[in-house]
Amino acid sequence: MNNNTTAIIDYGVGNLFSLKSSLQFLGADVIITNKPEELLSSARIILPGVGAFEDAIKKLRNSGVDKTVMECVERGKPLLGICLGMQLLFENSYEYGFHKGLGLIPGSVVPLKDKIDDTLKVPHIGWNRLSYKENDKLFKYLQGSAYAYYVHSYYADTTEKYIIAHSEYDIKVTGAVRNGNVMGTQFHPEKSGKQGLLILKAFCEEV
Amino acid sequence: MVTKRIIPCLDVRNGRVVKGTNFENIKDVADPVEMARIYNESGADELVFYDITATFDGRKLFADVLKDVASQVFIPLTVGGGINSVEDFDRVLKCGADKVSVNSGAIKNPQLVNEAAKLYGDQCVVLSMDVKRVDGVFRVFARGGRDDTGLDAIEWAKRGEANGAGELVINSIDTDGVRGGFDIELLSAVSEATSIPIIASGGAGNAEHFLELFNKLPKVDAGLAAGIFHNGSVKISDLKRYLNANGVEMRI
Repeated sequence: MNNNTTAIIDYGVGNLFSLKSSLQFLGADVIITNKPEELLSSARIILPGVGAFEDAIKKLRNSGVDKTVMECVERGKPLLGICLGMQLLFENSYEYGFHKGLGLIPGSVVPLKDKIDDTLKVPHIGWNRLSYKENDKLFKYLQGSAYAYYVHSYYADTTEKYIIAHSEYDIKVTGAVRNGNVMGTQFHPEKSGKQGLLILKAFCEEV
Repeated sequence: MVTKRIIPCLDVRNGRVVKGTNFENIKDVADPVEMARIYNESGADELVFYDITATFDGRKLFADVLKDVASQVFIPLTVGGGINSVEDFDRVLKCGADKVSVNSGAIKNPQLVNEAAKLYGDQCVVLSMDVKRVDGVFRVFARGGRDDTGLDAIEWAKRGEANGAGELVINSIDTDGVRGGFDIELLSAVSEATSIPIIASGGAGNAEHFLELFNKLPKVDAGLAAGIFHNGSVKISDLKRYLNANGVEMRI
């Protein structure tokens, strides 16, 4: 391991094949791990996730990985949450009950269904245009219009200051967030074609 | 809003694409990885791979192909062919597939859609059906369109949705290969009866057929084709520009 390693946190949630492949495709040094010492000695960490919020946060807590993640953030390491991994960064979630999240970004995860026109399909699946803040470092390689690939039924309800990208799905759906060194994307950059790769490339240059 | 999708479909036998492409810029016309890369470059929104081998060795080759594609092409991948159990789902998901398409497997075991949806989520399960008119009604055919199952296609689609399918691929045997346009009548009937995304398949011959599809049936989400993309008669990049210029939102 060198000091430019990007670590994907392995806590038993979801399939990491595409994410790992996309980072390797970009030439990044990647490890998949849940070991505290490996996470703490990596340059940056990614919190992936597919599935239900409650199950995921329990797995994070039961394995103690949540504490390592917090310590990494305190030390200033860049953290990127993807999809459910992004949702876990928030204070809480209303998915099947009420669950506390990691609290790294103020806001709540709420159902899309209650907020959008009922003729629209939930989950929100597919390619949607991404409106992004051009001055955010995560988007430094994007030029002009961008599209992102989404698969989700809940979204992050948070204040404007943390939102660095959104997509229109009747409402403004939170697409990407940042609070200092903590970042997240609701969409899957590892499935969003060239533009997704450019976002991951930018993250791999975060220090 | 979510864009409409254009999806090329690749049939793979023994690790090679059946009916390769006629693209000028492609060296090995039957190499799935090369073809996936070209389609990705030209703006395909998703790729569908069907494994049409029936042998154990063929299956293994297919898994290798899938891993190679998923290591180099970063758009959603749907995989079908020979999916008869949740173990088959697991097998292809581990190789980088995002969605798994079931067809005959769901007819043999009607619980399959339900079981897989519970394990992997609705978004992962695609119910694919081959439909043909018999005595004026839409019937589901199995085994690549050879056997009439006697199932009513509209009922089968509704049942698939109720069981947790996240998407439907509706392939019309009557229009397949004719290149006279999609089966608007069939697709209209399915889209009125269901509310999950529908991928239309069978009959596309030119760009106008895709425009007709999306204009007439706003509830259809995607158009799938094979031959016209492989032989280069319709270029995906041109098709998407044409649709976009005619008011159908595309990822350009």
